[in-house]
Amino acid sequence: MPKKVVHYINQFFAGIGGEDKADYKPEIRAGIVGPGLALKSALGNEYEVVATVICGDNYFGSNIDKGVVPELLEMIKKYKPEGFVAGPAFNAGRYGVACGTIAKAVQDELHIPVVTGMYVENPGADMFKKDVYIIETKNSSADMRHAMPKLAALLKKQMEGKEVLGPKEEGYIEKGIRVNYFNERRGSERAVDLIVAKVKGEPVYTDYPLPVVDKVAPAPALKDLAHARIALVTSGGIVRQGNPDHLESSSASKWCKYSIEGMDHADKKDFMTVHGGYDRAFITEDPDLCIPVDVLRELEKKGFIGKLMDYFITTTGTGTATNSAKRFAEEYVPLLKKDRVDGVLLVST
Amino acid sequence: MKLELGKIHIHDVQFGEQTKIEKGVLYVNAKELEAEVLKDDRLAGCHIELARPGESVRITPVKDVIEPRLKVEGPGCVFPGIMGKVTEVGKGVTYCMDGACVVTVGKIVGFQEGVIDMSGVAADYCPFSKTQNVCVVMEPKEGLETHVYEAAGRMAGLTAATYLAKALKGMTPDETETFETKPLLEQIAQYPDLPRIGYIHMLQSQGLLHDTYYYGVDAKQIVPTIMYPTEIFDGAIVSGNCVAPCDKVTTYHHEHNPVIEDLFKKHGKTLNFIGVVLTNENVFLMDKERHSDMVAKLCEYMGMEGALLTEEGYGNPDTDLMMNCRKVTQHGTKVVIITDEFPGRDGKSYSLADLTPEANTMISCGNGNIVLHFPAMDKIIGTQESIEMQIGGWVGCKHEDGSFDAEIQIIIASTIANGFNHLCARQY
Repeated sequence: MPKKVVHYINQFFAGIGGEDKADYKPEIRAGIVGPGLALKSALGNEYEVVATVICGDNYFGSNIDKGVVPELLEMIKKYKPEGFVAGPAFNAGRYGVACGTIAKAVQDELHIPVVTGMYVENPGADMFKKDVYIIETKNSSADMRHAMPKLAALLKKQMEGKEVLGPKEEGYIEKGIRVNYFNERRGSERAVDLIVAKVKGEPVYTDYPLPVVDKVAPAPALKDLAHARIALVTSGGIVRQGNPDHLESSSASKWCKYSIEGMDHADKKDFMTVHGGYDRAFITEDPDLCIPVDVLRELEKKGFIGKLMDYFITTTGTGTATNSAKRFAEEYVPLLKKDRVDGVLLVST
Repeated sequence: MKLELGKIHIHDVQFGEQTKIEKGVLYVNAKELEAEVLKDDRLAGCHIELARPGESVRITPVKDVIEPRLKVEGPGCVFPGIMGKVTEVGKGVTYCMDGACVVTVGKIVGFQEGVIDMSGVAADYCPFSKTQNVCVVMEPKEGLETHVYEAAGRMAGLTAATYLAKALKGMTPDETETFETKPLLEQIAQYPDLPRIGYIHMLQSQGLLHDTYYYGVDAKQIVPTIMYPTEIFDGAIVSGNCVAPCDKVTTYHHEHNPVIEDLFKKHGKTLNFIGVVLTNENVFLMDKERHSDMVAKLCEYMGMEGALLTEEGYGNPDTDLMMNCRKVTQHGTKVVIITDEFPGRDGKSYSLADLTPEANTMISCGNGNIVLHFPAMDKIIGTQESIEMQIGGWVGCKHEDGSFDAEIQIIIASTIANGFNHLCARQY
């Protein structure tokens, strides 16, 4: 039995029409359509393109939040595919975003290998390169006969459970993902050769290319502290005694929220720390050292600040991935906004 | 300063009536060793267990690993200022028990102690899965304060190593290596045509449970200083820290500092290894600024054209790492950083907590967040009861059959950030 593959293309590659037909509604046809021929021949006899799913680029774009993805997934599911190909989209922007969106959805929902292809400047490439394999193509469909064999080869590798090598070897756009391997030489030995080359002005390399880092500009200072609602947020790993929510001591996967309502300080009978990156002895004895409820209550009483919120937000900072930290903030900031918090005391450790 | 290291190869470890080395086998009189360790009244109990490569054995929670060494000729003793008087070391002759280690094990101090598997998939990541290990399993006195327990554990390891090292007396080394660094002006004159390369060694000193000792001095109390490279081979630097297990620089790793070893290998061939600058990783910004200024000044003063730079730990010390890299580069010394990475389990986040544009040549020691399945072992030396709270584990990571899942962070020295291992990360 050949392995089943479903192919996604837009209205243009399906031969339905150009810009005038970009509102074309989702449709699935058995067998190959348009560039499916190139896909079929590149995949070979052990694979079969069982269906082609077609959608107009504008329809996809304007219905992305209105159910076009689940609708397409239902159609695709019926053919029980074991692999999925979208595009390639070359430099067509809307088509690229559609290919990336549907490929990621198929990968996440149907848990099967996927591959798509785009020109490196296609906006869909930046949006989806971390999530799905995108074969790098040239900027026009004239590259189809070179691109499709690469898409097919990478899909087959994944479907056969073979190790997918790096972007250079496989031809996909670098995902920016850090993957371990055992080098032939130990790190110190390579470093010694590298510094000699650097001093001599010979060609050098880096194992870790510097990323472009998100910089957040500090918010302007509060003008009226006496009426400000202040919340405590910490990466110091303070939790309720006994760690009921199982916050990790390193590499946190979540944040927690605990009440300090009616407390004039943070007592060790109520709170503890699970943080694995510092000496916990002192905070174990006095959690106020990390969440200074005692001082903030005094300032609240004196009218120096308006109000200390009745809860604090906490996670473990050590070893926690920056993307996780970003997600935590995206999750709890709406809560702070809803509670009309004016300022946050962000306590690190 | 010239030091000869005589290596006595050990390929097996056994219990015996007398502690001795015979035909490459280390025999250990456990009773004598236990009694030696138990002279410390902070410990209530101690027993010795042996672990060999390939066995179905897991050791955890591991605190430190030490290679027994013995000073045979020349001033001082191994671990000066701790196991003997403070005397300058690094010259003369020292014997090494090559292939055998003391491993200190016991109830958890913090969350930072790690795992050594003697076989299975995790063994590929750990240097101590390949050594003959004499495990000192300690029990602290009840109610012993954490810092006192850490100190007792540290001393137990050094005491055990010093006891075992006596067996090296009178042996004939299987292999000898000689290392020499001359006083700076002579050293520079020796190879005038080769690039002058140094090493900036950042010692973990974030405080309490995160400390390192140089001639017995707590490294947080030092300002950057210059060291002859051979001093480190005599145990001038001792680990007292409990950082994340994966990038823990054990006392063994100080004795075997890979950067110093590999710089010596190329010394006089492709480069002129002129010396080591020691600095620390204090938590106060003022210390960070002052000490990175001083490191840059010392590199310039020594005439270093290039320097290798390593840290211990991750997160907070990344700021020291980047400050050193930036200032040393700006003072005219080129820098290569060796580091490990923590970009998350999916590998998609930033690898370090701080970065600077000068950090444009970095050697990677791997992604510490990768999750591995640790199979059940026939024997556990120590206890698995804290696995879920040790760094790299999580609640629910332990299975009923004794196996568990954890990030490779939990393995001692798996991603050690001085290039000791072959593990590396690349961009996909």
